[in-house]
Amino acid sequence: MKAPAFDYARPETLEEVHALLAEHGDDARILAGGQSLMPTLALRLSGPALLVDVNRIPGLGAIEARGDGLQIGALARHAAVLASPLVAARAPVLTRALPHVGHVAIRSRGTFGGSIALADPAAEIPACALALEAEVVLEGADGSRVVPAADFFLGLYETAREPDEVVTAVRLPSQAGRRFGFAELARRHGDFALAGIAASARLDHDDRVTELRLVCFGCADRAVLADSAAARALGRRLDAATIAEVAAGLGADVEPIPSPEADAETRLHWARVLTARVLGALPTTPEVDA
Amino acid sequence: MSGPQSAGPIGRGLPRRETERLVRGRGRYGDDIVLPRMLHAAFVRSPHAHARIEHIEATAAAASTGVVRVLTGADIAAVCKPWVSKAENRATHRSGVQHAMPADRVVWQGEPVAVVLARSRAEAEDAAELVEVEWGPLPVVAEAAQALAADAPVIHPELGDNLAFEHHQVQGDVDAAFAAADRVIERRLRFGRQTAMTLEPRVVVADYDPAAEHLTVWHSHQSPYQMQDVFSRLLGIPEHRVRVVTPDVGGAFGAKINVYPDEMSAVAASVLLGRPVKFCADRLESFVSDIHSRDHEVVARIALDADGDVLAIDVDDLVSLGAFTPYMRFSISEALMVAMWTAAPYRMGAYRARGRVAYVNKPPVGMFRGVGMPVACAAGELLIDDAARALGEDPAAYRRRLYIADDAYPTRTASGMAVERMTLVRCLDALLEVSDYARLRAEQARLRERGVYRGIGLATVIEPSAFGPAYYGPTGARISVQDGSTVKLEPSGVVRCVTSVTDQGQGTLTGLAQIVASQLGVEPEAVEVVAGDSAVTPYGGGAWASRGMAIGGQATLDAAAALRANVLALAAGVLQTRAEALDLGDGQVRDAATGEARIALAEVARLAYFRQDLLPPGVQPELAVTRHFVPKGSLYYLSNGIQLCHLELDPETGAVRLLGHWAAEDCGRIVNRLLVDEQVRGGIAQGLAAAFWEHCRYDAEGQLLNASLADYLVPTACDLPDIAVTHVETPLADTTLGAKGVGEAGTIGAIGAAWTAVNDALAALGAVATEQPFTPASLLRALRER
Amino acid sequence: MSTDEARRRIRLEVNGETIEQEVAVRRHLADFLRLDLGLTGTHLGCEHGVCGACTVLVDGEPVRGCLMLAVQADGARVETVEGVTERGALADLQRAFVARNAAQCGFCSAGMLLTAASLLERTEAPDRDLIRAHLSGNLCRCTGYQSIVDAVEATWAARRAERAP
Repeated sequence: MKAPAFDYARPETLEEVHALLAEHGDDARILAGGQSLMPTLALRLSGPALLVDVNRIPGLGAIEARGDGLQIGALARHAAVLASPLVAARAPVLTRALPHVGHVAIRSRGTFGGSIALADPAAEIPACALALEAEVVLEGADGSRVVPAADFFLGLYETAREPDEVVTAVRLPSQAGRRFGFAELARRHGDFALAGIAASARLDHDDRVTELRLVCFGCADRAVLADSAAARALGRRLDAATIAEVAAGLGADVEPIPSPEADAETRLHWARVLTARVLGALPTTPEVDA
Repeated sequence: MSGPQSAGPIGRGLPRRETERLVRGRGRYGDDIVLPRMLHAAFVRSPHAHARIEHIEATAAAASTGVVRVLTGADIAAVCKPWVSKAENRATHRSGVQHAMPADRVVWQGEPVAVVLARSRAEAEDAAELVEVEWGPLPVVAEAAQALAADAPVIHPELGDNLAFEHHQVQGDVDAAFAAADRVIERRLRFGRQTAMTLEPRVVVADYDPAAEHLTVWHSHQSPYQMQDVFSRLLGIPEHRVRVVTPDVGGAFGAKINVYPDEMSAVAASVLLGRPVKFCADRLESFVSDIHSRDHEVVARIALDADGDVLAIDVDDLVSLGAFTPYMRFSISEALMVAMWTAAPYRMGAYRARGRVAYVNKPPVGMFRGVGMPVACAAGELLIDDAARALGEDPAAYRRRLYIADDAYPTRTASGMAVERMTLVRCLDALLEVSDYARLRAEQARLRERGVYRGIGLATVIEPSAFGPAYYGPTGARISVQDGSTVKLEPSGVVRCVTSVTDQGQGTLTGLAQIVASQLGVEPEAVEVVAGDSAVTPYGGGAWASRGMAIGGQATLDAAAALRANVLALAAGVLQTRAEALDLGDGQVRDAATGEARIALAEVARLAYFRQDLLPPGVQPELAVTRHFVPKGSLYYLSNGIQLCHLELDPETGAVRLLGHWAAEDCGRIVNRLLVDEQVRGGIAQGLAAAFWEHCRYDAEGQLLNASLADYLVPTACDLPDIAVTHVETPLADTTLGAKGVGEAGTIGAIGAAWTAVNDALAALGAVATEQPFTPASLLRALRER
Repeated sequence: MSTDEARRRIRLEVNGETIEQEVAVRRHLADFLRLDLGLTGTHLGCEHGVCGACTVLVDGEPVRGCLMLAVQADGARVETVEGVTERGALADLQRAFVARNAAQCGFCSAGMLLTAASLLERTEAPDRDLIRAHLSGNLCRCTGYQSIVDAVEATWAARRAERAP
């Protein structure tokens, strides 16, 4: 199980990355944390001619405040995001979700931006990005652009990133007033989810829902914002009847796909169960102060 | 022959000696061995489960960087004979011819058809990708029921059909019993395929020296003696010029007792090229080339009378074996064990079992911890549980009522198997006490009112271990059921034990040191154990069937006792006294009556080796003694026990959380409690792994759907519970050591205990699980189908 | 396959020694340690990032040796079970592994020990669930994990007792 031969470049600037990507096109692959790419090489599922190792590009690993929000550099390791007090204060759903991402050694190397760019449908970070209303910063040869997470994840391992672009950061707006929920069902600790739910909500002084971002992952071809189901909760308290209605409505937003593990119907069932649990267990007060 | 001397070192929970080295990174495993001019082998394997090999084009591969040679089936056949794995005494066992590498037809996905030998594994893999094989796909049979259908494609045409083996076990009139029954319960049960997944894959490093006509093989294997014999016969090298060394082995569990065609090919390649060849299976090829286990479908019925006594049990077992009955142990015991041992702990009127083993286009099911017994255990325990539930009886109380009584031995099981002794009731009592069964049941009832579904499952375990000459002898297979040890006093008074017992982590060698120490009155640290070299040690069987301590321990005890007698006789001559007046202790020859030190062991050794001039005339010191031991009276040594699995079912998701597991075990004399407990725990872990996670999933085309460690789910530290082990210690009467096997009991019982626990939780919801592994999806299905 | 496989010169610290040599860029760190440096205490159990047997410390963090290219470790500080052993940094945990029989075949042990190392640095007591979660990326096929959890738990407690005033 040795990787096929390839060449290796270790650019130190984004300009060099863009030049390499322009020169090698589809034959080049960006190597960030490598925790997903390296197994595909070992399994000889992919055989790029060139790996472009972006790990040494300075400044891409920072986790910093941005207004009342946050900017997480693409090369921030999962372990660093998990340990960050800033993340815990401003985006606590990440701190809750990250222990489910792989295992200790995977989190030492795996990167936040890599997980976003890969867009595994069962991964936790893209789902949290949707719940957090994140924006993905992309740097192309001709300049940068910012894409809302809701427009970034397009399908199975498919994103809005152009071949010449590099994910450089993820921006999170202020989460003031939000409370969060996260739950997943996995066969084993650290596995990709059979089904998972990430949610953020704002409630008014009367505990009525003013905003609900409900994300279902591990069910469809990508993490999906279940907007029509979530809309059923607007203006209502999250009592048992409302929660049941939201969960029941999930089918309108999520097109589950069968996996070796379970048929589509079972995956949707799990998502509904988890939705009910997540909404039923939302914190009673906002987690991020206004 | 004397028994163990006092408590002494026997029974002490000493740490395993090899662990000191292993945790410091000082292990030396097969892949760590590097020889000059060594080549690396990478195999080209069939992507088809059944296909003709029309043509192999290896020109490009042969020209690839670093490649020295590409060999195909015909090349290997020039130096390696094919084999037939046939049990001569089993008329209904039929077996096809197996080649190290087939030249014309493959019969499972993953069967090797060519091997690249290159300077590095990476280069060998590069070239293996360039080998072009033209395949002629053939119809596939992936399941036993399909394989036995009249129009099924036949995997071994010379056999006429796909029935590999059939066995009937009948006692009494089962049909009459069922006709007269007050109540009949029937279950159809599916047992999935598991694979051993030794963390260290299979490794062989072969070094054939054409000048000396001598073959040395470092082999990650359980029996260097067996492989010496196999290499010698199949490669035509005189046996005294074949040396097989087993270095540190990174897990075996039965998987590394089998003979593997790719390993044979790698060794044959070394003979052909006259250069060292290393083959280290990678994880992907392990999944399609290691032996698998189980893959049974069982229909089991129980007939009860109005009082709830068992009138009869009727079992029909069908095994999807794979493309061969693997060399050299046939795997017919998969079905034999089920036929012989299902519901064996229980009294009943009549018993009938039919076991059938079918050839299918999958890798062979071979030896893996428990061999058939986990199926026998689960099938029987599920019937007993169902009966208890139908009768409204507590499953523990119902078992106690039906058990063969502890004072009823020797006896025979309802299936007719001889039993020297079991302690079923005592083990049940011990288990109920340590698990606080009454409290668990009360808590279960309390929580159920709150919508929490906990399950408590019991499984009585029988482990036939240390099979004796009557089992393998008549099969004609060259499998040695005896073991031997040489115990030698070194000149400085320390001791070496050179043994045919092998150790892949069990700790058996530490136990042997304790036995030797007990006989010679030295600390176990003063005994070094040497093992795993067919050129050096006495000939033996190696590690299989949980026999190391029961058989090898007895051989070692006998050798040490004989050395002890020699030492005492020698000391008596020197001291001008009688040997009977002397004893050994703390490295001294002592006065048996007073305990007074008379002469140091080291001094006896010094005199014997260097100052024979001081010895009485005519005395010939013999300070190295070899003894072999073979079980005489019994077909097997039976260990017994019982397990309890405690879990919580989430009925909305089908997820199960394991809360705790308990085992009570009687494996006879315990030489080292720490190591025995860990054997039980490790065995249970592998059984729970099969029960809930591990499953080689095949499609109808014989394709393995989850052939990576990302998709084949081995439980992690988060998934398994703490496991409490307690013992009832009833020394075996057959031997002076009194030890029985313990290595497989955990696995044998865990699947059954997990299954009865899952059913216990599901029962409150009116559902039942009929196939393992129990996954969230499969349990939701069970709940939907209620 | 190309006959002139890409190679790079790298310089790194391995177990306190500075190593400078050429390596094939496709060679992963675990193979570099095993094949180029003879550090066979690091094992390969799956080579696709699941089993954890190849775990080594890179700049103090546990990393899967099969999921990092050797060339990526250029400039890094790498420590293996051999180095940790010689430094005595985990001697107490290794003793606890021996005493508790937390290794049988020993193939997972190096990765298990190096992964456990960071837990021992914690100030709050790790409960058994936390220990289990921390070790969940390291498969052990022999023990069922209980003895390993016991050994880590006992070692943490002993270190704490030693640190206490």
